Amino acid sequence: MIETFLNPEIIAAIWPIVLAGLWNTVLLSLIVVPLGLMGGLMLALLATIHHPLVRWPLMAWVDFFRAFPPLVLLVLLFAGLPFAGLELGGFACVAIAFFLNTGAYYGEILRAGIESVPTGQVEAGRSTGLSRLQAMTHIVLPQAVRNVLPDLLSNTLEVVKLTSLGSVVAVPELLFQARQAQSVTYSPTPIVLAAIVYFLLLWPLVRLLSRLENRALAGRR
Amino acid sequence: MAEPIVDARGVHKHFGALHVLKGVDLAVSERELVFVIGPSGSGKSTLLRCLNRLEEPSSGSVVVDGIDMLDPRTDINHARRRIGMVFQSFNLYPHMTALGNVTLALRKVVGKSRAEADELGLAALKRVGLADRAGHTPGQLSGGQQQRVAIARAIALEPRVMLFDEPTSALDPELVGSVLEVMRDLRQSGMTMIVVSHEMGFARNAADRVVFMDHGLIVEQGPPASIFENPTQERTRAFIGQIQRH
Amino acid sequence: MSTWDRFVETFFNAKVMLKYYPDILSGMVVTIELAVLIVVSGLLAGLALALLRALAIRPLNWLIIFVVDLFRSLPPLVIIVLIYFGLPAAGLSPSGFVSTWLSLAFVLMAFSEEIFWAGITSIPRGQWEASRSTGLSFWQTLINVVLPQALRLTIPPLTNRTIAITKGTALGTVVAVTEILGQASSAMSNSYNPSPLMMGAAAYIVLFLPVVVAARWIETKFAWKR
Repeated sequence: MIETFLNPEIIAAIWPIVLAGLWNTVLLSLIVVPLGLMGGLMLALLATIHHPLVRWPLMAWVDFFRAFPPLVLLVLLFAGLPFAGLELGGFACVAIAFFLNTGAYYGEILRAGIESVPTGQVEAGRSTGLSRLQAMTHIVLPQAVRNVLPDLLSNTLEVVKLTSLGSVVAVPELLFQARQAQSVTYSPTPIVLAAIVYFLLLWPLVRLLSRLENRALAGRR
Repeated sequence: MAEPIVDARGVHKHFGALHVLKGVDLAVSERELVFVIGPSGSGKSTLLRCLNRLEEPSSGSVVVDGIDMLDPRTDINHARRRIGMVFQSFNLYPHMTALGNVTLALRKVVGKSRAEADELGLAALKRVGLADRAGHTPGQLSGGQQQRVAIARAIALEPRVMLFDEPTSALDPELVGSVLEVMRDLRQSGMTMIVVSHEMGFARNAADRVVFMDHGLIVEQGPPASIFENPTQERTRAFIGQIQRH
Repeated sequence: MSTWDRFVETFFNAKVMLKYYPDILSGMVVTIELAVLIVVSGLLAGLALALLRALAIRPLNWLIIFVVDLFRSLPPLVIIVLIYFGLPAAGLSPSGFVSTWLSLAFVLMAFSEEIFWAGITSIPRGQWEASRSTGLSFWQTLINVVLPQALRLTIPPLTNRTIAITKGTALGTVVAVTEILGQASSAMSNSYNPSPLMMGAAAYIVLFLPVVVAARWIETKFAWKR
C-alpha cells in the first residue's frame, strides 16, 4: 500500500516540484487574501451608507458573487475574455476572480462586524471631536474586527484552500504541480504528498479556529 | 422513628482538589419539611443535587424511598420520577408551552398517551394556579409564573420527595410570595420537602426542621425556634446574627 | 459592425446558444442531482457525528475531531482529485460524479458537525438537568429538549456553509462530470465561441441566486427570539 501511495523513490524525485508548488500557493495566498480583505472593507464601508440607492445594488452585488461559483468565474475570465481580445494570464484571472468572490464574503463579515459595534461608541468619539473617518478607523474597525475575528480567520482559511483552483488555469501552485507529477509518474503518490502538505499547512489554522469558536461559545453562555 | 424516606450517610464530594462535602448524614422522614441554610460555598446545593444524583457523590450512600441511588444497577431515570426538583433558574424548556413542559416526562418516562398526559398536566397547573396559562410559552410568563410551572412540572409525576434549590433567589421580591404560597400548599398536602433557601420567614413558619451547614458539614439542626432563637454552636450563632441584621 | 454588435455576436451568439442550450439544461440536471445528494448525505453524516460526539467517549471523540479537521483542512478539489486519480491504485474506480459527490459530502459533513456540535453545547446545562431530573434518559433529553433548541441556532451558519460547499459542484468539471461547467466548456471548444459559457454562467445564477436570497430570508426568520 505504502509502495503505491507514498512511494519513497517518487517522493525523492518530485519533492522539489512539490515544494515549488507550495511556495507558489503561499505566495498566491499572500497576495489574494489582502486583495479580498481590501475589497471586503470597501464593500463594508459602502454598506454604512444607509441610502437605499446604495444598499440595494450593494446587496445585489454581494449576493451575486456569493451565489456565483468561483471556478466558473475563473473559467469565464480565463477562457472567455480572450474572445474579447483580452488575454489575461492564469495568475491575473485568479487575482481578479478572487478579488470579486472573496471580497463579497469578507464584505459581509466585516459589515456584520461593524454593525455589532454599538452606535454609542461612535457618538462618544464624535462628541470628543473625532471626524467620521477617525471614529471609523480608531474606534469602530478595531472592535468590529475583534468581534468577527473567528469568521475572518475561517474565510481566510477558505481563500487559501481556494488557491487550488489555480490548477485549473495552469497556475503552478501546489495542486497543479502534483497533478503534473502524477501524469508523468502514473502514480498517486504526488497527490497524496500534496494532500499531506496542504494538511500540514492548514491544520494549525483549523485547530486555532476551533479553539476560538469554542471560546466564543463559552463566553456566550 | 419510621424508616426515613431520604437517608443520606457519609456523603463526600470532591470537585478536583476542592472537598465540598465532608461526610454529611441527613435523614428526612415522610411529610417533613427540612430547610437547609448556610453561607455560600457551604455545600447545601451540592448536597441536594447528590440526592437525585445530578452530582455523583465521591463516597457515601444515598437511599431515597428504598432505592439505592448510587447503585450502578439502579435505573436512575426510573428512580428520578420519585424525586421532584425545582431549580433556581427555573430551567423551563423555551421551545414548549407551559403544558408541554409539564407533560413531556409524563409522555416519555411514564408512557401516558397525549390525552392522559394533558389531563394530568392541566391538573398540576391548576394546583399551582396557572391552568389558564397552559398554552403560554415561558417567554410569555413572569418569573414567578415560570417557577410555578416548574413546580407543576415536578409534581405532575407524583414524586415522593421534592427538592427545592433556592427556588426564589432569582425572583423579583414581589413575585416571591406566589411561589412560597404554592410551596406552603404542597406542605399542607403532605409532601416531603427539602428546601435550600434564604427565605427565613418561610422557614420559621413552615419548616419542621432547620439544618445549618458550613464548610461541607452539618453544624447544627433542630426545630426552627431553637435554631433561630437558641443556636448552640458558635458558627450557627454568627450566621443567624448576620442574616437577622437585614 | 459596431463594437457592441460584435460583442453580442461573440458572447451571446443566438445560433450557438440555440444549438447548445439542451446540453446546458442537462448539465443543470446533473448539478442539481449532485447538490441534493451532497446536502442530504453531508448534513445527515454531520448530525450523526455530532450525536456520537455527545456520547463523550474519549477515543471516539479524538477520531471524530481528527476526521473533521482533515476535511476542513483539505481543499475540496484536492479531495476530488485524490479520490478520482488515487483510488484506482487501490483497486477502486469511482466515477467523476461519485468522486465529486463523496468529496463535497465529506467536506459538508465536517463543517456541519462543527456547527451542530456548537449548537448542542450552547444549550445551557440547566436544560439537561431539568429534563434528567424528571426522569428522561440521555437520548430522550437530547431528542426532545436539546436538539430542537440547538437546531434553531444552527440554521443560519448551516445555510451559509451548505451553499458555499454545493457551489463546489462546478469542480466536477475537472474530473469530467457532465454538469453545467463541463457541458459549457466542451460546447465552447466545439463551437469556438464563448456563448455556451455565458449560458452556463446564467444557469448557475438561475440555480443559486434564489437559494442565496432564500438563505438571507431564513437567517432573519431563525434569529433566536428570546
